[in-house]
Parts: sequence; structure tokens; C-alpha cells
Amino acid sequence: MHAFNYESPSTLADALKLMKAHGEKARPLCGGTDLLIQMRAGVRQPEFVVDIKKIKELRELKFSARAGLRLGAAVSCIDIAENEEMRRNYPGLTEAAHLIGSLQIQNRASVGGNLCNGSPAADSTPALIALKARARIAGPRGEREVPVEEFVVSPGRTVLKPGELLVQLLIPAPAPHSSDAYLRFIPRNEMDIAVVGVGASVTLDGDKVKAARIGLGAVAATPLFAQKASESLAGKKLDDAALETAARLASEASSPIDDMRGTAEYRRHVTGVLTRRVLTIAAERARKR
Amino acid sequence: MEATTSNGKFKVIGTRPIRHDGIDKVIGRAKYGADYAFPGMLFGKVLRSPHAHARIKSIKTDKALKLPGVKAVVTAADLPEAANRLEQAGEMAINPHYLSMNILARDKVLYDGHAIAAVAATSPHIAEEALKLIEVDYEVLEPAMTVDAAMKPGAPILLPDLRNREEGDKQTNVAQHYQFKRGDVEAGFRAADYVVEREFNTAMVHQGYIEPHNAVGIYNADGQATIYCSTQGAFDVRSLSAQVLGVPVGKIKVVPAEIGGGFGGKTTIYLEPLSVLLSKKTGHPVKLVMTRSEVLRASGPTSGSKIKVKMGATRDGKIVAAQVWMAYEAGAFPGSPVGAGAMTILAPYTIENLQIDAYDVVVNRPKTAAYRAPGASNAAMASETVIDELAEKCGIDPLDLRIQNGVKEGSPQVVGPPFRRIGFIETCEAIKNSDHYKSPLSGPYRGRGVASGFWFNAGMQSSATVNIHTDGTASVVTGSPDIGGSRASMAMITAEVLGLPVTDVRPLVADTDSIGHTDVTGGSRVTFATGMAVYEAAQDAARQLRERAAKVWEVKPEDVELHDGVLSLKEKAEGKAPMTIKEMATKLARTGGPIIGRASVNARGVGPAFATTCVDVEVDPDTGKVQILRCTIAQDVGKAIHPSYVEGQMQGGTAQGIGWGLNEEYFYDQKGILRNTGLLDYRMPTCLDLPLIETILVEVPNPGHPLGVRGVGEVSIVPPPAALANAIYRAVGVRMTETPMSPPRLLKAILKKRAAEETQSAAAD
Repeated sequence: MHAFNYESPSTLADALKLMKAHGEKARPLCGGTDLLIQMRAGVRQPEFVVDIKKIKELRELKFSARAGLRLGAAVSCIDIAENEEMRRNYPGLTEAAHLIGSLQIQNRASVGGNLCNGSPAADSTPALIALKARARIAGPRGEREVPVEEFVVSPGRTVLKPGELLVQLLIPAPAPHSSDAYLRFIPRNEMDIAVVGVGASVTLDGDKVKAARIGLGAVAATPLFAQKASESLAGKKLDDAALETAARLASEASSPIDDMRGTAEYRRHVTGVLTRRVLTIAAERARKR
Repeated sequence: MEATTSNGKFKVIGTRPIRHDGIDKVIGRAKYGADYAFPGMLFGKVLRSPHAHARIKSIKTDKALKLPGVKAVVTAADLPEAANRLEQAGEMAINPHYLSMNILARDKVLYDGHAIAAVAATSPHIAEEALKLIEVDYEVLEPAMTVDAAMKPGAPILLPDLRNREEGDKQTNVAQHYQFKRGDVEAGFRAADYVVEREFNTAMVHQGYIEPHNAVGIYNADGQATIYCSTQGAFDVRSLSAQVLGVPVGKIKVVPAEIGGGFGGKTTIYLEPLSVLLSKKTGHPVKLVMTRSEVLRASGPTSGSKIKVKMGATRDGKIVAAQVWMAYEAGAFPGSPVGAGAMTILAPYTIENLQIDAYDVVVNRPKTAAYRAPGASNAAMASETVIDELAEKCGIDPLDLRIQNGVKEGSPQVVGPPFRRIGFIETCEAIKNSDHYKSPLSGPYRGRGVASGFWFNAGMQSSATVNIHTDGTASVVTGSPDIGGSRASMAMITAEVLGLPVTDVRPLVADTDSIGHTDVTGGSRVTFATGMAVYEAAQDAARQLRERAAKVWEVKPEDVELHDGVLSLKEKAEGKAPMTIKEMATKLARTGGPIIGRASVNARGVGPAFATTCVDVEVDPDTGKVQILRCTIAQDVGKAIHPSYVEGQMQGGTAQGIGWGLNEEYFYDQKGILRNTGLLDYRMPTCLDLPLIETILVEVPNPGHPLGVRGVGEVSIVPPPAALANAIYRAVGVRMTETPMSPPRLLKAILKKRAAEETQSAAAD
């Protein structure tokens, strides 16, 4: 592994100072479950590694029924998975966080890191997209907010500019009669990476869908918001025909590649299959709220 | 030979004591290859080819050598030219020329990951940086990645000097063509009522040992070298390294470390000669440890293959003819297990008319190494699914068809004399009578499949000594690295013969200077052959104990007997009370000195192994994912010395066979670069993917062994891929002819079948 300097600031201001000073040579570190592997493989060779785990704002997990969720970028997956409020209000995001790697990995890894790694196959990103999450970014020129579906720009690359940090993820409070779900397809039962990942949130109005959002993972160069599929459900009963249409539109929104994890044809098919299944689960959950 | 037991019953054999090496392994004290450290030790790294096939025009190492901390760089120029002919290295026939070219590429690189140079530096990080400073100028060549690509006319030639007998002086990628024939195949097919003909493609897979390859080499100024490494065969590492380094065998001592899995893949050498070369150049001990990516790119795999099977049976289920064509990927150098594949593929059945043509083909992939019953699992994937199809056509239960045609004592083998007492049919009957097979399986998309497998097992050379200590305990020393619990078995055999508690026998695995020659831990031979040597060495110690007691009592040795650890006179005599071994041990100094029982064998009487596996699956028809609901294996184990470790072998082999069948594969891109070089994308099953694998030990003693032992380590890996394919067929109605039967492949087959059915029903409308 290439030699590097390690810093662990305890305030956001100090962290931003370091990030600004070292620019492109710096890389933030949270759990390191992606970064260390990339450094070992020589894929990333930062000169400065800035550990962000000691910064208060980045460790915050705060939910209010009115303002929604403020999720610090460094909150570990296990802290999300074991949080009763998270499980109740955002079951889909919670199950996505609980799917990343093993328990050991979940103790280290964060949803923020999962997003910043920029992988199209990140499990928590489609779940965040379904929840209409926004990324709160701080940098040398102050703060800005970006919708999560615009955060990743290509595999391994994000909207973060040199000197910038993801601080928090801001997620609206769940509407009445709404819930979410996440499903991924992996060839094994655990310890695997998504071949297809689909997150969905559904808000019901009586027996009809008031609004839905579908996020797709591992089926394009970046995680996707399947807008047409999502909008196709508005005002409809979630019956076979509606599910079929949404599944078809989600498949059409994907633009997968052939690789060792699956063929493009396979991924497109499974995108439809999982879209159906995940919408059904989210709607079932929404009915109970 | 008669087994020494009390009242004909075993006291220790067949029990399940805690293994002697267990505590060290559980608490992390056991030393594996990468745990060794020596004063002044340097760290080595290997530069590997980024191309599947290229000519090396030049290698420049001067920049790397100038990096502070770098102590030496070696390339093929530092290795002697090795003879290009088959030579005996221990029990293996190897071609030192090819072996050497695999250690370091000479004129060409032949696969992605092929070693080109090695660096020694004061830290592994500096060594890694130095690799980037080595400049290699390549002329990239077109690769031949599959047997089809390598066998077609005008294929890129990997080894310019490779010839085979049939093609004369023509350059070729076909290293060997084996043919086995019996009877009249065409007449056989004419007599058949049903003929099934299928073509199979199986992917290259890796053994998947968790511990990567490693070696520490220490070269001394007097020309003696010591290698510490994780290996299945210290004596093989010694003889192979001697060949590559061009030194006599006696100049190298190999100390086998604890081993974190081998499964056949640690029977050859990769880093060992490099560690010695680098140590010789630097005067320091040098340690090399592969990364996971290096393990996958450049060590071990077993062959992918293309196999065509045609089999015919009469209406009443008699298999009357079989024809097989098989070609195996050898990797970059000759030596796939296609010969073994050919001799195992039809082995469980008596078929009067057969013809098998088998081809060993070099391709631009890593040189294959042994993997648990090498060549047999992919062969059985082909033959055992065709058998299943024949059973279906005949309307006979697939186990009954196997029993009807199965080999038994006196049946002919494909090669060699007729079988002695074997237990194939017993394994089929054990499954038939099992709770699993008798339990109905219901529910949509669920199916049950069975398949059988054969493995030869091996004998070869082993040595053992049994030392009687002054307190009457004993140690048993062998040269067989313990990869499956063999220390416990060796201690148990010694304890059985001497009548000692098994905790009073310490088992040891010695280095190459401390025990007589012992061949590799492989071929399921250790409990059989090393066990035979241990049995004889313990008998030798027992004989000497009787002699010493006779001296004490002033009687003839034949008047003394040893039972349950007690020496006594056959006919009681006044003042000559029985003595325990403990009591006798205190008198050794006065009766002639220490007792060392010893034996060496070149073991004959190998008993082959058979297994039959039953598996229930549920298929997700929308994603093609297979869940295993239940799995049972029945295996003829001869005599189980330590039943827990026998069960462990059966479960381990089954797990590997399931991985082979469902998800494991080498995935190369268009340019011949391996894409899945980590365990995330090289998908071995995890414990969450497998049910508890149920085991049925069928004990048909091997008449060729004093304790009835057969090798038990390998055959369990043979049936699973075919059993899964047969189960999938019953679940969703598609016959899979490719491995792995991964979700994309299976879904494609399911959708194809669905589309065909829709077309058919549309036509019917």
C-alpha cells in the first residue's frame, strides 16, 4: 500500500480546513470498508486520509415527525439498523443498511460512505432515492444541497468537488399511509453485492396510490430514479396491471451492462421482477400506517 | 495382516476424540506459513503479466533496483534452463521446463497473472512500489481462452515446442489424446431402445483455500536452503524446487507450516523457489505471501471443460453403450486432469461397449493444479445427468437404474484389474433407505435429484516413527501435512495398537530432514497409506516392548503379549506380574535403551471410493436462483477411524461441489483478463447458502488395508453438480448442460422453455 498521512479532526471546521488544504490529494475516511480495499488495490492513492468519524454533525441521527430525518454521513449502518425509529419510519432504508456486507462491516460502514463511494451497486442509495433524500454538502464555498439521485455522476465519481464533504442526508418525514422497502438480487444469500437493487416508497390514498418513488441500483452507470415508473402509479390501484406497467417502465429505465455479476438482459428482467416485489412490500407496509 | 484389537473390537478407532492440534488452532497460536518471521527478513513481491498472451521483448529492472529499500530483483534469467522432458520428482512425473516457465515466464507470458519477476525489499510496500518500476516491453498476442478456440485450425499457438503423437511435427495446443475402448460401441447403440446425447460446458473453478500461498526462504552460505511454507507435500516442494533451482534435493529442507486449506492446490510450487533465489541474492531470509487476487489469477484452478456424452439403454434399464468426447483446459502448460476424468466418468457402471476420447488442451489461463478428485466432478456433471435422463425415459427410479448397472466386486474397471470389494451399490441403497429420500417433497418449483461419483484414491510412499517416552506415553511422527484431521487419526491408530489412551499419544508432522520420504497429502491417501505406516510402526514398537518385557522376565518374546497397554505372559508365572507400558517404560534404559518403532510403506491395496448424493432444491422461476432445501450424502468410507473428520470431509467436498455447480466460475473478458479476482465476485457458497449436509457413512472395509481404511477425502465433491442439475430439472423442467448453473444461466433456460411452451400452445390454438 502507498504511504499516506492520517488526520482525525473533531470539528467540521477543522475537517473542511484539511480538505481544502489538501484538495484532490485528500480523501475522507469513515468506516474504510471501501477506501482501504481501494487503497490496497491501488485504485485510489490519497496522500491524506481525513477520518470524519469524530465530528458531531456527522454522527447525528435525529428524527422528528415534522422535520423528518437528519442522518449524519458517518452514522454506522448498524446504528441505523438497530434504531427503533428508523425501523418504524424508514423500514426500506433500514433493511438496505442492514444488507451491506457482514455485521462486522455494518459496524464500520455508513450510509453516507456507501453513497460517497459512488458505486452504482450501493445498496442504500436506491433506498435513499425512494425516500427523496437530499445530500447536505459543506465545502470551501459554504453549503449546498443535492438530490441523492444526482449525487453519483459516474462509477466511483460524485458531485463532491475537491475540499467538499458530505455532512448529512436529509430525508422528509414519512407522509401518512406511506412506507418504503428495498430488495436486492444476489446469487448467494449473504455477503454479496447487488446484481440488481430496487428501493420503493409508496404513499396510499385509500385503495389507490397517491405517490410512489422507485430507485434502481446496479443497472446503470449510476443509481437511478425511475421517474416514469414511479409516476405511472399515481392515482392507480396497485393491481397486477399497474405493477406490470411499473415493472416494465423500470426495466426500460435501466441501462445495464454485461459483466461477471450478470448479463444486461438478466439485469433488465430482474429489475422488473424486483420492482413488482418491492412495490408490493412497500404498499403492504403503508397500509398498516 | 490382522488388526490388533481387544476381543476383535476397536477401543479407539471409531470414537471421536478432540483433535490434538485443536487448541492451538482455536486460540490462534498455530503457525501458518505467513506467521513465520526471522531476524533481518525481507519481503518479496511478484510482478505479474497484465496480458493473457504476449511475447516478452525486454525486461528492465535497473530503476526498481535503485529504489531505496530494494535489495534484489530476479527474473527467468536467474533460473537455470530446465530439461524439457518428463522427469520423476518424487512420485510425480513433471516437465521441469514447463514448471520453471510457470515460476517465472521466460520468453512469453501465457496468462493474465503469469509471474515475470520478483523483488525483495525491506518492506512489502517498498517491494510493491518497486514492481511498478520494472519495465516490461510486450508484443501482445491473440489469446486462446477455451478448448474450442485452442483446438480450431489456425489457433494461436501457446507453446511453440509442443507436439503430440497424432499430429506429428505440427505445432499444436493439444498436448495429449487419450482413448479408452471396450466392446463395440456402434453395435451397443443399435441394441439400445433409448439413446441420450448431450453436450456440456463446465467453467474453470478454483479450490478456494482461504490461506493464500506463502513461502519463507533462507539460503545459507554453505549452500543449504530451508523453506517454510504451507503445503500439502513438503517432500514435493523439496524435489520440485530442486528441479527448478538446479540443485540436488539434499540441499533443500522444507518445513511444512500449518495449512489453511489446500484441496489439491498446494501440491505444487509457486513462490518457494523465488524465496530461495531472493534469499541467495540478498543473504537475508525472504518471505513472499500472495494476495487473494494473485491466488485466483495465478494458482491452482481446475479445468473448465467441454464434454459430449452419448449413452444408450434398453427398455428395461440396462446401459448398453456409452461414447464420450472430452476436452479439458490444462491452463498454460500441459497436464489437465482429463485422463482422470476419462477413467472416472463411466467408472460406476458396467457398460460392455464404450469409447472415451479425452484431450488435454493448453489455453491462456493459469496452469491447472489438482483439485479434490481432479477431473471427476465436471465429468460426472455430464454422465450423471445423462444417466438421469435415461432413467426417466426407461421409467425407472434413478437410484434403481444405478443399482441395476452399478459396479461391484469383480466388475471391470475402465483401466486396470476388476474391482475388489467395493461399496457403490451400498451407497445407492443407503440413499434409497434414507429418511431424506423417503420423505416426500412437495411445493411448486421444488425438485429432488440424485447423482453418484467415483474416485480412485491413492497409495504411494509414507514413513512413520512411533517413540515410546520414558513415562510410557508415545509420539507418532509422520511426513504428512495435516489438512483433514489426520493427526488425530494417526494418534488413534497408534493408541489402538499399543492400547494407550489417545491423549497419551502426541502426533507430529515433521520436516523433510526429520522423517523418511513421504509423498503428498493428496489422493485421499494419508489415513490409508500413512495410516498403514503408522499401524506398522506401532506394531514395531509393540514388538520391541514385548521383547523388553521378555528380557525383564527372562522368557522368550513370543511368550509375552500386549493387550490394552498391559504386557503379560501368555501363561501366568510366579513373580512375573503383568506390567503396564508405563512400568515397562521406566525399565527401557536398563534393557537396551529407547524404543523407536518405525515403518515405511509403498502402499498397495488401495480401495476406491464411491458416493451418492441426494439434494432437494427450490428454484425462483423469476430470477433463476436456486435454494438448497436438503442435502444428504452416502459414501463408502471403508472404516472410519475418526467418524467426525470423515463426516467433515464428506460435508466439505459436498459444499465445494455445490459451489462448483451453482455459482463458481473464472470470468475472463474478451482480452483474456480475469475479472473476478476476489471472493466477492468469485462466489463460493457461504454457510448461509447451505443446509446442514447430512452424512451416511457406509462402511465396506477395504480388503487391502489392515484396518479396512479407504481414502475418504475426495469423492464427495463428485456428485453435487449433477445432483443439482437433476434436482433443477424436476423443479422447473429444464436440463442444464452448463456449470455454473448461476441465476442468469438458469433464468435464460427457464424463459426459453416458457417461450417454447407459449409458441406451442399458440400453435395448438
